[in-house]
Amino acid sequence: MTRINLTVDGMKVSDDVEPRMLLVQYLREKLGKTGTVIGCDTSNCGACTVHLDGQSVKSCNVLAVQADGSAVTTIEGLAGKDGTLHPVQEAFRECHGLQCGFCTPGMIMQSVDLLNNNPHPSEQEIREGLEGNLCRCTGYHNIVRAVQYASGHLAAAATPTGAAEEVTPA
Amino acid sequence: MTAVEAQPEVKEIGRDRRRKEDARLITGRTRWTDNISLNGMLHLAMVRSPFAHARITTVDTRAAEESPGVVGVFTGEDLADTQGACINAWAITTDQVTPAHTPLPIDRVAFAGETVAVVVARSAAEARDAAELVEVDYDELPAALDLKEAAEATPENGGALAHPDLGTNKSALWRFDSAEAGTGGNVDEAIAVARTDGIVLEREYRQQRLIPAFMEPRSVVVDPTGEQITVWSATQIPHILRFALAATTGVPESKIRVIAPDVGGGFGGKLQQTPEEMVAFAVARRLGKPVKYTETRSESLLSAHHGRDQWQKLTLAATKDGHVTGLKVELLADLGAYVALVGGGVPVLGAFMFNAIYKFPAYQFSCQTVLTNKTWTDAYRGAGRPEATYAVERLMDELAAELGKDPLEVRELNWIKHEEFPFTTVAGLEYDSGNYEAATARAKELFGYDDLRAEQRRRRDAGDTVQLGIGVSTFTEMCGLAPSRVLGQLNYGAGGWEAASVRMLPTGKVEVITGASAHGQGHETAFSQIVADRLGVPFEDVEILHGDTQVVPRGMDTYGSRSLVVGGEALVRAADKVLEKAKPIAAHLLEASVDDIEFSNGRFGVRGTDQGIALTEIATASFAAHNLPDGVEPGIDADATYDPVNFNFPHGTHLCAMEVDTETGETRMRKYTCVDDIGVIINPLIVSGQVHGGLVQGIAQALWEEAVYDEAGTLVSGSFADYLLPTAADTISFDIDHTTSPATSNTLGTKGVGEAGTIASTPAVVNAVVDAVRHLGVDDIRMPCTPERVWNAINRAGSGGGTVGAAAPHFDESTGMSGNVDRTTGGNEA
Repeated sequence: MTRINLTVDGMKVSDDVEPRMLLVQYLREKLGKTGTVIGCDTSNCGACTVHLDGQSVKSCNVLAVQADGSAVTTIEGLAGKDGTLHPVQEAFRECHGLQCGFCTPGMIMQSVDLLNNNPHPSEQEIREGLEGNLCRCTGYHNIVRAVQYASGHLAAAATPTGAAEEVTPA
Repeated sequence: MTAVEAQPEVKEIGRDRRRKEDARLITGRTRWTDNISLNGMLHLAMVRSPFAHARITTVDTRAAEESPGVVGVFTGEDLADTQGACINAWAITTDQVTPAHTPLPIDRVAFAGETVAVVVARSAAEARDAAELVEVDYDELPAALDLKEAAEATPENGGALAHPDLGTNKSALWRFDSAEAGTGGNVDEAIAVARTDGIVLEREYRQQRLIPAFMEPRSVVVDPTGEQITVWSATQIPHILRFALAATTGVPESKIRVIAPDVGGGFGGKLQQTPEEMVAFAVARRLGKPVKYTETRSESLLSAHHGRDQWQKLTLAATKDGHVTGLKVELLADLGAYVALVGGGVPVLGAFMFNAIYKFPAYQFSCQTVLTNKTWTDAYRGAGRPEATYAVERLMDELAAELGKDPLEVRELNWIKHEEFPFTTVAGLEYDSGNYEAATARAKELFGYDDLRAEQRRRRDAGDTVQLGIGVSTFTEMCGLAPSRVLGQLNYGAGGWEAASVRMLPTGKVEVITGASAHGQGHETAFSQIVADRLGVPFEDVEILHGDTQVVPRGMDTYGSRSLVVGGEALVRAADKVLEKAKPIAAHLLEASVDDIEFSNGRFGVRGTDQGIALTEIATASFAAHNLPDGVEPGIDADATYDPVNFNFPHGTHLCAMEVDTETGETRMRKYTCVDDIGVIINPLIVSGQVHGGLVQGIAQALWEEAVYDEAGTLVSGSFADYLLPTAADTISFDIDHTTSPATSNTLGTKGVGEAGTIASTPAVVNAVVDAVRHLGVDDIRMPCTPERVWNAINRAGSGGGTVGAAAPHFDESTGMSGNVDRTTGGNEA
């Protein structure tokens, strides 16, 4: 067992973990952060995507011990403390970017990271930026719309005078 | 009781409501089965066979039992008396050969990945560690792997038998002949006539094996600690699972509660009673402790049922001007190792759809289902209908090529005209409504059909290395499974009705109970819209309860695009019964005659006056029951069970433009347009999602996905690194639209949409790829149309191998396929 100290969704936690324990297992089994899910065992599906010190990672691909000293944000910590949804969460609902919702935590966390790095992505940049996250329900069409919608609204929020790029859900 | 105020009419149907489900799903407040954790819960890990077919000689569990945290290890023998069985609900013929399917087999495994033993431990990790320590000795047996070879195998010819004790791999032969059924002419006569004075197309198409690959791996939790045994499962069919658990284990049905909590996709893949569910149930009962089993993705791809997997031999007869005179279909369908819940019924569901939207005068269908030592197969989105649609829509393009006509023109020559509905087809179904002309006209306009055809000609004339192809698919399907009477005639083991209840709560809120069990479709939203309109109550005041046999006593669950057209109709009828019950109470409270009471916008009014009372007020009054008419019982809740009178027939025209690099075989989707007629739309936003997702699953069959086995019967596409699910970067944005011919078989005029995109898109894409290179002599490319296969098709044609649409039989080739056939497929089926 190894002792790790980290911050998860704003909460300081300290636990003894097996060295082989994956970050996603730690989140789900030790912390009960079941919002983050496991969809595969080969790091292909991205359903377990979280932010580690502000960067998106597939939490099945990181050992819990590697997160020692870091700050982790999961889908459960993305909304504001008052429950205000993150613009990307809001966009997924607005544009029907989810159906069964299983890929959604990872898809949203990856989309947030994508927009952090590139606030005004083209459709192709969005598609390539989400390539590591699989969805079986939506055909990606409305996920792409959601990221475009969020991009417009984030831009509008950042520059109150600038008009948001209008994306209507289809 | 208040005066009726003028209110705008509530109109929820047709509104693009954002989904009620999403607030939880986008914040991680989810209840997937694997999220459930109970005090004292133990975890299961399965030991699985690495061999496709083998005798189990010994199972040594000692090392595993001594592993840390292990509570027990059980084999098939240990659970023999309690594990029950996996059932087949649809013996498609009375003489169907059906191997017994024991969840943990005792002496023999029949596919690689089959469960052999189960380890129970304090944690999932400890269970998996210990599963590695279970020593199983096997004696390998010859495995039946190739579908065609398996169909021919007998004890006499020494061919491998999937189940040697059965003496054959042939499970059932299901036939339909329009001449015998009295629904059409004799197909052999039509073919004979066409051979001398017409066109005969003979083709053989391969429906490759696919994996449903829902995103949430299957998971089951069983808690036996209460008086009832509670089962949570990632299933599409909580009610059917409950029945099967009770029927095969002897535990009274009333002692079993099955809950499908949040379920992460299904696509038919969770329409199953699985060995893992049965084993978990048996172990929990044995130990008296709650247990959980969650599969890994690799286990899911290996052992959750697969779909498709057919050879389709087709003979189409037509006149020289392009009128089809007959279609003969001979299928071989791979069941895998066992006859699954629906099993051989999947290809039979396609039997009624090969004639599609056309007025074929003669039709014959036969399907031989075959057992092999591969993963069992069952429903996958569309279930039988994509296979049928693929075959007929590929053939219509081939016929057009043979005639040198536009593929849409040939279709129009043969399709049912809109004024001819209702139309009884050669397969014996009555199509209630449709307008193929309207959907096609709109699709052509949206697609820019004529411009793209012109571009295609330009690029062809210029000899571009990247050629443009245009593919057409004008599909229909039968959905809304299903009239119970028809299911009975087909020897299916259950009915096809759906149940609903509407509870009017004293506070004015409405609880709706539906037997449909959603796993991503948005029932909570769409059903709320229906009930809100019907009862004139706010959308927000309607709560939809589903997926729990204790809350929903009766249901037939979700598959076959049935939730809206069958389950939705049950809702409408239950809501109407609420109004019927409320009406005499309204009359009593308003001191008026029942005959003068009219209902609109959530209020009962007295005709000719401004007096009225809200339905919700009546709910409260009826709860108090202080002042009810004599003989009227308190409460206005109502139940309804709806058994559909007919199937439901959505249709649409799908157009696809593909670019094909003739030098590399690479394909790229340029444009995809579809216009689906799904009747009246409840929620356009949800419909768009269903269409987009369906399209990509169908496109994926055309271009990417295939479950590949090696010569030993090992699944080599057993992870997401190997099984090619498309990503956002592989796909494009789609142009979708709708025309509307309301269904006449239900009150709201709705048609199913869940499977439409998948059914229609596969042939549109392959037709487009073939169209792009047809001038190079190619008339078929086997799915998935990988760059390698496309390149091979082009280059074999280039070397003179092409025969386009010859009227002579050519089933004698090694593959049985005409023209240019790829022989580089995975496994031993090439």
